[in-house]
Amino acid sequence: MTKETLCGDFYTNCFEADQEQEGRLIINMGPQHPSTHGVLRVIVEMEGEYITRAEPVIGYLHRMHEKMGEIKTYHQYMPNMGRVDYLHALAWNWGYIGSVEKLCQIEVPRRAEFIRVITCEMNRICSHLVWWGAYLLDLGAFTPIMYSFDDREMAVDLLQMVTGSRLTYCYYRFGGVRTDVTDAFIEGTRDFCKLMKRRLPMYKDLVTDNYILRKRCEEIGVLPLEMARRYGATGPVLRGSGQKYDVRRSEPYSVYPELDFEIPVFSECDAMSRYRVRVAEMEQSVRIIEQALDMLPQGDFMAPKAPKRIKPPKGDVYFAVEGGRGKIGVYIISDGSTTPYRLKLRSPSYSNLSLFAELARGTLLADAVSILGSLDLVIPEIDR
Amino acid sequence: MNSMIQFIPLELIHILIGLVAILAFIGVNGLALVYVERKVAGFIQRRPGPYEVGPWGILQTLADAVKLMGKQLFSPSGDRLLFWVAPMLAFAPLPLLFMAIPVGKNLVAFDANLGLILILAFSGLNVLALCLAGWGSYNKWSLLGAVRSVSQAVAYEIPMLLAVLAVTLMTGTLQLSAIVDAQGAWPWQWHWLTQPAGFIIYLICALAETNRAPFDLPEAESELTAGFHTEYSGMGFGLFFLAEYSSMVVVSSVCTILFLGGWKGPGPEILGFIWFFAKVYGLVLLMMWVRWTFPRVRFDQLLNISWRWLIPLSLFNLLYVAAVVKI
Repeated sequence: MTKETLCGDFYTNCFEADQEQEGRLIINMGPQHPSTHGVLRVIVEMEGEYITRAEPVIGYLHRMHEKMGEIKTYHQYMPNMGRVDYLHALAWNWGYIGSVEKLCQIEVPRRAEFIRVITCEMNRICSHLVWWGAYLLDLGAFTPIMYSFDDREMAVDLLQMVTGSRLTYCYYRFGGVRTDVTDAFIEGTRDFCKLMKRRLPMYKDLVTDNYILRKRCEEIGVLPLEMARRYGATGPVLRGSGQKYDVRRSEPYSVYPELDFEIPVFSECDAMSRYRVRVAEMEQSVRIIEQALDMLPQGDFMAPKAPKRIKPPKGDVYFAVEGGRGKIGVYIISDGSTTPYRLKLRSPSYSNLSLFAELARGTLLADAVSILGSLDLVIPEIDR
Repeated sequence: MNSMIQFIPLELIHILIGLVAILAFIGVNGLALVYVERKVAGFIQRRPGPYEVGPWGILQTLADAVKLMGKQLFSPSGDRLLFWVAPMLAFAPLPLLFMAIPVGKNLVAFDANLGLILILAFSGLNVLALCLAGWGSYNKWSLLGAVRSVSQAVAYEIPMLLAVLAVTLMTGTLQLSAIVDAQGAWPWQWHWLTQPAGFIIYLICALAETNRAPFDLPEAESELTAGFHTEYSGMGFGLFFLAEYSSMVVVSSVCTILFLGGWKGPGPEILGFIWFFAKVYGLVLLMMWVRWTFPRVRFDQLLNISWRWLIPLSLFNLLYVAAVVKI
C-alpha cells in the first residue's frame, strides 16, 4: 500500500476514486439520518433508485468499552455494561456478570436466577417493542411506535421499581442481584403479561396482516442460511433464516433448562420472517415470565458468601447469553489481578450489520431501509 | 369616487371579493387543518395531541406559524432563484384553484364553463414546484424526492383525468356548477353510485396527487430525510406545508363536486355550503385517517398500482360510461 492510499478516509479511497462514471449518485445515508437509528453511516452508490453498492461506516459512537475493561476493576466495570446495548442492557449485564461468576466460581442463589430471568425477559420484550415501533416507522407507519412505547412504558416502570433505572440498567451483581423483587413488582408483572397477551393479537390483526406492510417485507432482503452463517449472524436474524439457534437452549445457562418455551424459527429468510421471529419471541418471553413468576422460590437474592473484592484466578473464560439481537459473548482473560488482562465483547449487531453490504446490493433504496430496519441494529453495540 | 366604480366591470369586483375571501380561507384553513391533523393523529395514537397553547391547544398552529416566520431563511449554495421560486410556485396556483370551485348555489368566485379543466391544469403546476425545489436545493435527497414526485405525478394524472373524464362524459359539461346541478339532493342521486370505480380511482389518485401517505414518496422522511423540502427553513417550508393542506381541500372539493353532489343535500338550498364543507372535510378526515394508519408503499409498487391497475380500470370505466350514455 502506498502512502497516498493510506491518507484520506474510507469515502475518498473507495468511492471518490472513480466518481466520473455517468449516471451514478453517491449518497451519504447518515450519520444523521432518520432511519439509521443513531449514528450509523452508510455510503450508498445508486443508479436511479437502485443501490449498486452500500458500505456501512462505523465508529461514530466508539467509546472504548473494551479498553476501559482493562483499567477498571471488576466492580467498577459493571455500569459500562448497561451502556453497550441500551435496548437490552440486562442481557449485557448478565453476560459480564455471568462470565466473572464462571471465572471465580461464584454460586448464585436460585431466587436470584429466577429474578434475572424475569427481568431479562421483560427487558427483551422492551427491546423488541422498540424495534417493532421503529421498524414500522422506517416503513412509513407512524402510529405503531406510539402503541409500542405505551406498552414499553409499563414494563420500564416495573423494571424501575426493582433496578432503579429505566434504560441503562446495572442490576445484577456477582452472586445475585442488587435488590429483591417486591410484591408490587410481581403483581405488576402479571398485569403486564396479561396486557401483552391482549396487545400482541391486536398488533397482528392491525399491523402484521396489513397488505402494504407485507408487500414491503415479504421477499425483501432474502438472507440465505449459508450467508447468515458466513457472516456469523445470530439471534432473530439467524432464526429468520431457518436455523434454530438460541443460546438459551443450545448453550443453556441459568434456569432456562427448567422453563418451557419454544424457539421461534421461520425459514422464508426475508425481512418478514425476521419480523415474525421477533413478534413470536415476545409471546415466548411472556410465557417465560409467567412460568418464572410461578416458580419463583423464597430465599436469598444475593449469595451470602459472594466475595466483596473480586480477584479471579489466572485463566480465561467465555460466557454467552441470548440478547435481543443475538448472541452476546464476553471473553475475559485474567492475570490474577483485580482488573482483567483483556476483555473482549462479542456483539451480535456487529455481525448482523456486516452482512448488510451484500444484502442491500441491487435493491431499491426503500428496500435497503427496510432491510436495515429488519436487522435490528443498535449502533452503540456495534461500536462498543 | 362613485363614478370610478361605475367603470369597473361588475365581474371583476366579484372576482376580487372572491379572491380576498379565498386568500383568507387558505390561511385559516391551513392553520385549522394542521391543528385537526395533529389532534386526529393524537386520537389515533392514544395521546392528547397539542394542548398547551390556548384552550385545547387551538393556538398551537398559530404559534408554529409565528415561529416559522421568525426563522432565518437559509438558502443552500444551489440555484437561489429557483430555490425561492419553488415554494411560491407551489402556493401561487391555489387561489386560482379555489376560484373555480362552487361552494354553494351561485357561491363561486369565477364560474368558468371550463372550470374542471382549469383546476386540473393548475393543480399540475405543483409538480413543477417540487421539481424546482429539488433541483434548486443542491441536495441529493431533494433531487431524489423531485425525481420521484415527477414520475408519481405523471403516473397518477392519467387515471385521475380518465376518472374525471367519465363524469364529464355523463353530464356533458365541464362547468362545475352544471355537474353539481346534474345530481340530486339525496346520496343515492349522486355520481358515486353510478360511478363507483371512478370514485375509488379518484380517491386513490387524490392521495397520490397531494403526496399524502401512503403515497408520500417525494418526502418519505425515513428514506429521503425530508425529500424535496429538506433544505427549506422558515416560511419556505411553511408555504409548501400550506400548499399541501390547501390542495387537500381542493382535491376533496373536486371529489365532492364530481361524485358526492357538491352543495346538494336535504334541506334548504341556502344552507348548501354547509353540506359542501361537511363533505369536503369528511374526505379530508378520511385522508388523515389513512395517513396515520398505513405504512408507505414502495416506489415501484406505487407506479405499478397506477400503470397496471388504475389506468386499465379507469379506461374500462370510461368505456362502461360511454356505453351507458349511448344506450
